[in-house]
Amino acid sequence: MKSGSTLEKVLASGNPAVTAELGPPMSADPHEVVKKAQQLKGFCDAANITDCQTAVVRISSIAAAAIAFQQGLEPVMQMTCRDRNRIAMQADLLGAAALGLKNCLCLAGDHQKFSAAGRLKGHPGAKNVYDVDTCQLVGILKKMRDESKQDGGDPIEVAPKFFIGASWTPMADPIDFRPINLMKKVNAGADFIQTQGIYDMEGLRAHMAKIRNMGLHEKTAILAGIIVPKSAMMLKYMDSSVAGVSVPKALIDRMNKAKEAAGDDKKKAKELQEQEGIKITIELIHQALETPGVKGVHIQAIEWESAIEGIVKAAGLYPRPQV
Amino acid sequence: MIVGSQKPIEEIWNMVKDFKKVLVFGCNTCVAICHAGGEKEAETIAALIRMKASQEGKQMTVNHLGVMRHCEPEYFEPVIDEVKKYDLVLSTACGVGVNFLSDRTGTVPVYPGINTSFYGAVEAPGVFKELCAGCGDCIVHMTGGICPVARCAKTLMNGPCGGTNKGKCEISKDVDCAWYLIVERMTKLGTLDKLSAIIPPRNWSTARDGGPRRISMEHIREFEEKEAAKTETAGGKR
Repeated sequence: MKSGSTLEKVLASGNPAVTAELGPPMSADPHEVVKKAQQLKGFCDAANITDCQTAVVRISSIAAAAIAFQQGLEPVMQMTCRDRNRIAMQADLLGAAALGLKNCLCLAGDHQKFSAAGRLKGHPGAKNVYDVDTCQLVGILKKMRDESKQDGGDPIEVAPKFFIGASWTPMADPIDFRPINLMKKVNAGADFIQTQGIYDMEGLRAHMAKIRNMGLHEKTAILAGIIVPKSAMMLKYMDSSVAGVSVPKALIDRMNKAKEAAGDDKKKAKELQEQEGIKITIELIHQALETPGVKGVHIQAIEWESAIEGIVKAAGLYPRPQV
Repeated sequence: MIVGSQKPIEEIWNMVKDFKKVLVFGCNTCVAICHAGGEKEAETIAALIRMKASQEGKQMTVNHLGVMRHCEPEYFEPVIDEVKKYDLVLSTACGVGVNFLSDRTGTVPVYPGINTSFYGAVEAPGVFKELCAGCGDCIVHMTGGICPVARCAKTLMNGPCGGTNKGKCEISKDVDCAWYLIVERMTKLGTLDKLSAIIPPRNWSTARDGGPRRISMEHIREFEEKEAAKTETAGGKR
């Protein structure tokens, strides 16, 4: 075992892994993290704790991960390259390991201009760091873990033992380069990969065929990203505006139908769309897990953590393996 | 070249309004090409300041002047005594020119008349584009001649992030994704396989992160010193 994390153990056991996502609040109140951790605990092997996602200030990934960990939820701390240089990164990694965290997902991070797609003020005037990129950060984690060395070469007496993750957007431009992109992250040391949210399962199958030809599915554990759709509007937005995400028309039509079935009743329209969204999610999970080379699913119920229990149970992925 | 853009006249006015004798001093190289701070633009700015002064009822003398380059003493030395007669120099050179001149005007302050934007090129008439970040350790032979330090919003060295959308960067649909261009270019060149190698963390000490930079070319300095000595000796014999 590289890290001894539950996620690593589940993957080693050959069971499909389930990860979820927990978004920390824009507030110093720990209770929201506690509440979400309680909602997710037992229904996933580990949960990503986002690192100021959409470039908005929130409880830091490490602090929220430590709170979740106290609640018995295994966290995957996230670390973006946007906000820290290699000194801060390694200091945080040592600290996170000292707090007992065992999984770390390396990300470039949304650009500071993103500010929740303009829905919040954010800090578009912030200076970004990008001292290292994702590939390089993965390499730093591996060097710290496997060689007990800091990136600069200084020795580490007690090395941080992380199960190292990275993200992958198989269907973003430049699409022919995406397999190489994945290969570089894997060669740098990524033990697991979580993909961008996928609705186009035919696309995923085609891309996974390329990945299997390269043998990458044997070198890393690929978890297909599933973003739980809440509404027809959300699916349309994801299709038109989110890089690397295309949503088949049939799924948008299904959600539209659910919405229309409620007539003018907005509350009902919301309910029906959410129900349809959960149905779609379960189908996507099954299709993803049937794709050769896919070792698990990363289910993101954004600001809807309470939905995970029902989804995981209905998908036949409960109880989670005891490892 | 260094690309700049003019500051709003209100900002300039707030800088200059309390001075009696102002020189708007243009630079006729880079910032003239980008229509920001050449002698012609200095003349316009001087006229705008005079207009503002007359509107506000302020007694001010505002003139303009231009030299080829603010960043080499030989160009502004012939006019430096003239420049020092003013209460304020509003330099429309790039930041280099403003700093360089500031060190040489004694008690006369030098204020910036433009914003220095980036190192760029003329993409089309009136369109200027950033292409280099001056990081001090060029690697574009590995990236198809396209610089990810200057042209990727995240300075990524090993390929695109997940934000590339239809060839554009996640920060704006008007900004090309540098990695999209790199992959496209290297595919054309038949060198895409070069991108499979992982570029390790960079040594940014060659960039601004290493502190202010200075290059001293000893052979040039020695040559110049010898030439100066020769001239002195020749002068002595006369």
